Amino acid sequence: MMNDLSAPSLGFSPPAAATPPGEKPVLAAVALGLLALVAAAADADASRARLTLYLAVALLSGGALGWAWLTFGRSAADWHPHDLWRRSSTSRGAVAWATGVALTGFYVVLYWFPWLLENLIRALDPASQWLRHRVADQWFLYGTFYTLAVLVLGVRALWKYRFSRYHLARTMSVMFFQLGFGFLLPGLLLALQRPEYYFTYFWPLKYDYLFPGTVAQLLHGGGLGVFMVFWGVVMSFVATPVLTYFFGKRWYCAWVCGCGGLAETAGDAYRHLSDKSRQAWRWEVRLIYPILGLITLLTALLWLGASGAVPALGVVTGPLGQFYGFVIGSVFSGIVGVGFYPLMGSRVWCRFGCPMAAYLGLLQKHFSRFRISTNGGQCISCGNCSNACEMGIDVKQYAQRGEPIVRAACVGCGLCATACPRGVLNLENGPRAGRLAGSTFIHADSLRIL
Amino acid sequence: MHFVIIGNGITGVTAAITARRLAPDARITLVAAESAHHYSRPALMYLYLGHLRYADVKPYEDWFWAENRLELVHAEATGVDTTARTVQLTTGQALDYDYLLLATGSVVRTASWPGQQLGGVQGFYGLPDLEKMSQATQGIRQAVVVGGGLIGVELAEMLHSRGIRVMWLVREPRYWQSVLPPEESALLAAHIRSYGIDLRLATELREILGDDQGRVRAVVTTAGQELPAEWVGLATGVQPNLALARAAGLETDLGILVNELLETSAPNVYAAGDCAQHRQPAPGEVAVEQLWYTGRMQGETVAHTICEQPTPYRRGQWFNSAKFFALEYQTYGRVPAQPAADTASFCWQHPTRKHLLRINFRRADHVVTGVNALGLRQRQPVWERWLGEQTPIGVVLAQLAVANFDAEFSRQHEPAIRREFARQFPDIVLPAPRRKGLLGAW
Repeated sequence: MMNDLSAPSLGFSPPAAATPPGEKPVLAAVALGLLALVAAAADADASRARLTLYLAVALLSGGALGWAWLTFGRSAADWHPHDLWRRSSTSRGAVAWATGVALTGFYVVLYWFPWLLENLIRALDPASQWLRHRVADQWFLYGTFYTLAVLVLGVRALWKYRFSRYHLARTMSVMFFQLGFGFLLPGLLLALQRPEYYFTYFWPLKYDYLFPGTVAQLLHGGGLGVFMVFWGVVMSFVATPVLTYFFGKRWYCAWVCGCGGLAETAGDAYRHLSDKSRQAWRWEVRLIYPILGLITLLTALLWLGASGAVPALGVVTGPLGQFYGFVIGSVFSGIVGVGFYPLMGSRVWCRFGCPMAAYLGLLQKHFSRFRISTNGGQCISCGNCSNACEMGIDVKQYAQRGEPIVRAACVGCGLCATACPRGVLNLENGPRAGRLAGSTFIHADSLRIL
Repeated sequence: MHFVIIGNGITGVTAAITARRLAPDARITLVAAESAHHYSRPALMYLYLGHLRYADVKPYEDWFWAENRLELVHAEATGVDTTARTVQLTTGQALDYDYLLLATGSVVRTASWPGQQLGGVQGFYGLPDLEKMSQATQGIRQAVVVGGGLIGVELAEMLHSRGIRVMWLVREPRYWQSVLPPEESALLAAHIRSYGIDLRLATELREILGDDQGRVRAVVTTAGQELPAEWVGLATGVQPNLALARAAGLETDLGILVNELLETSAPNVYAAGDCAQHRQPAPGEVAVEQLWYTGRMQGETVAHTICEQPTPYRRGQWFNSAKFFALEYQTYGRVPAQPAADTASFCWQHPTRKHLLRINFRRADHVVTGVNALGLRQRQPVWERWLGEQTPIGVVLAQLAVANFDAEFSRQHEPAIRREFARQFPDIVLPAPRRKGLLGAW
């Protein structure tokens, strides 16, 4: 009633959601899996550590799959993100902080203290020998965990989105590319004494693929090496613009990329945490384009240096390369990018740091048939679309103005359209003419939204 | 110019934003008692469901108001002096105005049931109701919802999400029968029941029973049946909030009476949105419109008039949309529950899944007059064009894919719909169809 001024003025604070009793056994399995992982890491006896590691993987995967089934398998097949903002794990509560610190810590150990993982790495030797014909190292350990996460939590996503063929196709695509092109194929190349190469990563994301040193090395690798260089150049400078023209940046970010694959599977529970404020968007622009500029500059300088035209260039390129590799390649893409999933959402790296996303985004915004259409005048400004956006786009600002969404950041995951309770949003590739035209049902106002 | 707006719902806020665009120098003040900032009323349920936080249902960030020089006053307006042109506020302050807009929205409408004052019995309209419901439903196991409209389904969905058993009493013998044709009613009723909601049609509330502490313990239906309830939601509609208009001495009926410029009986005082009642609604239109988008349109219209561009309110083609649990509903044009004698009604339903499309058309010239879609998304501008241009059903069905707004990779049902049409209306020949392609052939 209008005269009640006291309680609601500061807004509504929901009570915390309790964990349903049925979910406790599977959560216990996950916890035991983590314990087994620690035990394996602490065990110097290689064969026992191996068994413990397999047990850990079985408990973690089984627990995660069981939890996915309890959460999504039993209820009706539709979009119902109930209690997202009421659970400690998904609303930046204590569980989320603990998860974030553990994930971040894992990256710190992986990058700078890999000897702490020695027992785990040795435990993976048989698997590594089988696939790559060589002993395991920390990157094999990382690749194994990464691929497992994409596959197991990919199954969770398939369960969760089983009502939508768009999401099923997208999820299966990232699972396929991670397993095949991100894990098996590079291992197979090593087994065949070939250079390790990831056919789904390109410059500027995999920045050293077009560095003169890498190119020279690959060109020494015979026909396959030549093909790899050719592939890298074509994918970066021909296929990327062409595919982005037709489908937007989503063909890569939400269907192929390994970072995107992890975000769409392991990070799916955290997508709503991406900050939608104008302040966050300003940081995004401040960071992502300078990073693209930096890697372009570094690559150009390296080629200039390699040409021998300016002998003194090494003074600049050396420190610049080290800075980029450390700050952007390691700290940003790994530690912040994945470690901060439970606190800042699943696309921190893609949104604020990835030079490939910046490149694709510029193409998408200015040279593409892709847009998200809004349907007439039906938006009720409920905010579900913005909440679901992992890239931190305040989608409702466009929808409530009846404007198509043409943003460099959009990776085309399609969750805004799924989350909309009025069916107002639709991802489309269409004629470029009229791509920015707003709905005639809502007269656009000229007040600033960004 | 000082433009004072009472109410920060979609109507008041749209009026403020439109006025700012049309009159960059005007002073614009929004007065609201319920919340400091504008929030989306249809989104309230998502706070309870835990999908969203309060900040997420505010359509504009808090910086927006100051940056656009829209003054917000968080207080209740208690009186208007239409001669002195002032508004009295509970804070003791009085605001002078040049133009005043009353966008005071609605209040919950209830019949006078015995026991409706008991603890745990409430209506649902605004933030305070949500707070109340949130507290009252903690830890309870069963609840009763009374009333079959859109607020009723929201309440049922909210309670269901917390594992609370819901008994839902609907007076009509079939679901939403005043609005929906029988097939839509049946599909929705079956859909709602598939969630375990105990939907009781043709059931009316007679009385609410309390316990010793003054809290609800059961309800009694007019059939004399006693149903246990730890909480009762009264979702039997809303009515215009007339408190301020009456205090100001404006002419009112069901709502604040306005002409087509949305002027009230007092000079420089306007009313728009839920609280307004059109003195002469256009043919086929209702006098009191309680929809989000008509509120927005009225707010926009009235701002033009106040900013020296007098604009009569014209709603245009009727449309509406809603969601019943996971099932989306869209309607464009007119699809009455019973078609008029001169109207034919074509209805297609998927044999196993929850998809339904109904198109009404005039028997004489086959011109389409309205469409209902359940579980299918239709493109509003396309239907607006088809309805406006008096398109025959044959052309519409041939081009139906153009109106398809479903996500990519969704199954397309247009061929099945055309086959069903040929079965139901063998005399009407359809032109060759067009398809919707991945590369956006529309």
